[in-house]
Amino acid sequence: MVLKQIIFLGSLIITNIAMAQNPEMAFIENGVYTPLYGRDSVQIKVDDFMLDIYPVTNEKYVDFVVKNPKWRKSEVKSIFADNHYLAKWKDDTHLDSEAQKYEPVTNISWFAAKAYCKCQGKRLPTLDEWEYAAMADKTLPDARKKESYNQYILGWYERPKVVHQQVGSTFKNFWGVYDLHGLVWEWTADFNSVMITSESRSGGQNNNLFCSAAAVGATDLMNYAAFMRYAFRSSVKGNYSINNLGFRCAQDIIK
Amino acid sequence: MKFLKITVFLLLAVCVSCQDARKDNKDDKEDLKTDITSDIVGFSDLSIYNLPSHWTDQDGKEIQMQDLKGKVLAMVMIYTSCQAACPRLVADMRNIEKQIPHNLKSQVRYVFVSIDPKTDTPERLKEFSKENKMDDDKWIFLRGTEDDTREFAAVLAVNYKQISPIDFSHSNIISVFNKKGELAHQREGLGVDNEKTVFKILELAR
Repeated sequence: MVLKQIIFLGSLIITNIAMAQNPEMAFIENGVYTPLYGRDSVQIKVDDFMLDIYPVTNEKYVDFVVKNPKWRKSEVKSIFADNHYLAKWKDDTHLDSEAQKYEPVTNISWFAAKAYCKCQGKRLPTLDEWEYAAMADKTLPDARKKESYNQYILGWYERPKVVHQQVGSTFKNFWGVYDLHGLVWEWTADFNSVMITSESRSGGQNNNLFCSAAAVGATDLMNYAAFMRYAFRSSVKGNYSINNLGFRCAQDIIK
Repeated sequence: MKFLKITVFLLLAVCVSCQDARKDNKDDKEDLKTDITSDIVGFSDLSIYNLPSHWTDQDGKEIQMQDLKGKVLAMVMIYTSCQAACPRLVADMRNIEKQIPHNLKSQVRYVFVSIDPKTDTPERLKEFSKENKMDDDKWIFLRGTEDDTREFAAVLAVNYKQISPIDFSHSNIISVFNKKGELAHQREGLGVDNEKTVFKILELAR
């Protein structure tokens, strides 16, 4: 028993030394950015953080559900994941094909994504962190003014069925992060902080809908691609499990 | 040095976070048992009683959603420093409560969940409940961690965002839950007719 514990602890330490070098995460340096929808103070400061280099794959998610039975598709509670959860898997712990292993896990709810990250000692990135890291193209930390950057993203949004691609199949950005654009859409911790559809849902009487409604507005409507992402986020609910929506995890920097 | 710190932190994090998983494996049978008991007590996969989050009420008492089991719940997310929409939501809740007949009043709880837990301490919530003359058992004011609040909002499909140091924008949704904690009705907007909400509560409270 004691021996078992020692082996277990030993393996934990080894895993953690590996993780400390963070081969799977990239360092994102702090900075300031202007979000599409923001505070009235306009600019948001994003602190240093670590971000997974790739979206979480089916293979890794299998490991997670093997260890955490309550997140298997036959076990998960419907308040946390709708009936499309892991829809493309063969069964609770098996994929449909070998190739699926290296594809990003999709049909995943926000609750499930959050639980996965927590189990890795990580968390979901905030919406600001995600958008900040995703401003980068191959060479610049903020490429949003480049026409080619926006065309690439919009081109992807228009192209159907790109889900069946392995992680790492798009470009490596300035921070060393892959696939923020071009593979799947991704959950963020505060996806439900976007206030767009409520206005349209109630048809016109929008001044009544929020406190300080006037302070909420698009600051950069030129950025149509970002607008589409915000609109998408505002249209989903936490238990939705959608076939082009995956996730990756982030982590604070310990100072 | 930094690496060492990160390593130690990660070691701790992994120990803590994935212990649940190990327990899950080991205690599969026990888990089954609790699942069965929860079935007997009677709440489904769709119930908010499944939420593990802990909350503090206006009296500083710790509660979980399942402590509210057996009551019909009318819930709304607000923050006390809000000047615009929230007072109207509070008025709406009061209005709804007024329309519930005396024999059913004890079956219903009115729950306000703060989206500004930093500002809305239990003391502040207590004050708010007094100001609004909502200081008997029926009225429950809750605050939790920012993370749990975000999660609870995801369950209610309420969106909110802090837009200045004191203000939030947020959806105005009153949600009604049946006695098993399942969402039964939602009403969105301000100055909307309460009739359907009241009707639903009466139906569930009987």
